[in-house]
Amino acid sequence: MASNASLRYRCQLWQTARERQPETHPLTWRLREDNTRIDLDDYLAKDGYAAVRETLGQQSPQDVIETMKTANVRGRGGGGFSAGMKWSLTMQGEGIPRGYLVCNADEMEPGTFKDRLLLEQQPHLLIEGMILGAYANNSAYGYIFLRGEYVEAARSIDKALAEAREAGWLGTDIAGSGFDFDIALHTGAGRYICGEETALISSLEGGRANPRTKPPFPGQSGAWGKPTVVNNVETLCNVPGVMRHGADWYQGLSGERSDDGGTKLYGVSGQVERAGLWELPIGTPGQEILERAGGMRAGKSLKAWLPGGGSTGFLLPEHLELPLDFDTIGKQGSRLGTGLLTVVTEEQSIVSLLRNLESFFARESCGWCTPCRDGLPWTVKILESLERGEGEVGDLELLQELAGDLGPGKTFCAHAPGASMPLSSALKHFRDEFERGVSHPSRAAHEDPIPVGNV
Amino acid sequence: MNQTVSTNDPTTIASDGDGFVLNEEDARAIVDERGHYEQPQAACIEALKIVQRRHGWVPDGAIPAIAEALGIGVAEVEGVATFYSLIFRQPVGRHVILLCDSSSCFLTGYDTLYAEFTRHLGIRFGQTTPDGRFTLLPVCCLGACDRGPALMIGEDTYGPVAPEDVAELLEGYE
Ligand SMILES: Cc1cc2nc3c(=O)[nH]c(=O)nc-3n(C[C@H](O)[C@H](O)[C@H](O)COP(=O)(O)O)c2cc1C
Ligand code: SF4
Ligand code: FES
Repeated sequence: MASNASLRYRCQLWQTARERQPETHPLTWRLREDNTRIDLDDYLAKDGYAAVRETLGQQSPQDVIETMKTANVRGRGGGGFSAGMKWSLTMQGEGIPRGYLVCNADEMEPGTFKDRLLLEQQPHLLIEGMILGAYANNSAYGYIFLRGEYVEAARSIDKALAEAREAGWLGTDIAGSGFDFDIALHTGAGRYICGEETALISSLEGGRANPRTKPPFPGQSGAWGKPTVVNNVETLCNVPGVMRHGADWYQGLSGERSDDGGTKLYGVSGQVERAGLWELPIGTPGQEILERAGGMRAGKSLKAWLPGGGSTGFLLPEHLELPLDFDTIGKQGSRLGTGLLTVVTEEQSIVSLLRNLESFFARESCGWCTPCRDGLPWTVKILESLERGEGEVGDLELLQELAGDLGPGKTFCAHAPGASMPLSSALKHFRDEFERGVSHPSRAAHEDPIPVGNV
Repeated sequence: MNQTVSTNDPTTIASDGDGFVLNEEDARAIVDERGHYEQPQAACIEALKIVQRRHGWVPDGAIPAIAEALGIGVAEVEGVATFYSLIFRQPVGRHVILLCDSSSCFLTGYDTLYAEFTRHLGIRFGQTTPDGRFTLLPVCCLGACDRGPALMIGEDTYGPVAPEDVAELLEGYE
């Protein structure tokens, strides 16, 4: 069993306590060197719940929204939408029932391991962020929608919720402000699509995780028809700092690097010397993150990288100089996504990796709309034949067409566009690798059609 | 151990699908769960998980039992039970191995690790060992990509796991 213990996964930030200061590392400065959970006493000793005390009853919900808008905390779930802007669109007022605040802790994006750290080691920061979010949005109740596999995080959150309730940070009349709010932990049972915010609401309500049409947006009509705000774990963990130190401080964290404010949990995985996670100013270039990871493993060189998960587009080594923020990466035909880099070495096959990615998206499709349900397995079939060197003339054009059919505006939710992005960017940057897989002349009009499904 | 057995082979694992009775404690837990939501339907996934925790999987008879406990339709419960990948509608082994097959693990050795599991256990994804000890399933990125290839056995997460670790790792699970 000793060896089992040494193989146990433990999430960890690769930054010393000395580097992590309260003014510069709002998300992680409290984290303990031994990687254990920060309990309530520890959290309170490190300024915990100060933002709740200073905000609730002292500032109006509108003030909180304004501060969040000015700070421009962009959604860390991958979309990059301003949280303050989202909150300003939540329906509230006379005759409108108090709604829900839902924390999206479904983290399943391939290559992403950031929310796990915050959930396991610092659940009180999330709870504090949720209380502030609930206050701003007039939410009566909160849910933490946690993927079922995050067992350690569930234990951590359960303990923290009990501690917070016991100490009066949750429940009625929080911190003597007259504001009531409580949170329940909701654990999922698999399926990547649950992370899409409207599918998440379907799942929370106890149904199959099929997405819903927008509009109405969740902020207008979400869980059980009530105004519902869905935010990512990291987004919500930014709120206490913003409310404590202000929008200007938050904007200043990124300095000259980026128009976006704040810090970001960045990370790298793949064949690097020291894969891991760091809290850095948003807009830090990929190069610096790769250097922190000790560079590529000995003898390996970088061919391509994904900036923020499987649903982002491939970038090249030359793009490592760019600041990793939402707008800059968006202009390169990719997306910042979750900000956790996946690196691909020179000898790793882009076609194989893409086959792996598209198989993931095909399996995880909820099956609701045709381009996604049928187009993804078809894409996988073609990639498999190219991988075996049995592709046909015309396959690349077909893949290009499929990438278009899976793209934005053609499907019910952003799952298929997410699958389209690595496909179209791989075709753009690595066309020769696909061409090498073509060995057959085109079978006229596909007399022997490529079967769909059964992946 | 070369023989492969599919999980739905009724001769290997006794099924208690017929004549299912909801355990009293579980029934209470399910009713408790209802209290967390505006509508009883929302407790459905947790109810399935409660049953699964006790039985290892969700036997057929549990579906109407849960529907009755929550006062919702049988079809709704079945619809949910068949949608989610971590709800097992067939018997599984005593320990479920969830092997991450997503991109970062793919780039750090998933293929050889999966090959070692199939060799060592004599089963592929979706199958259970004849002794009913292990079921092997693929899983979405486990959020452990910095230590890929990663996997879970029951509630424990491991990574990075090399093929030569497999035999000893599994010894810890009877
Ligand atoms: C297929 C799919 C999966 C998603 N998975 C997640 C997820 O696991 N976690 C998350 O925070 N956002 C996920 N999102 C984004 C959410 O839909 C939503 O934009 C986000 O939770 C909003 O929070 P934010 O604005 O704070 O980022 C996903 C989106 C799609 C299309
Ligand atoms: S795009 Fe895919 S995941 Fe989204 S609704 Fe359509 S089938 Fe479902
Ligand atoms: S890709 Fe395997 S844990 Fe993330």
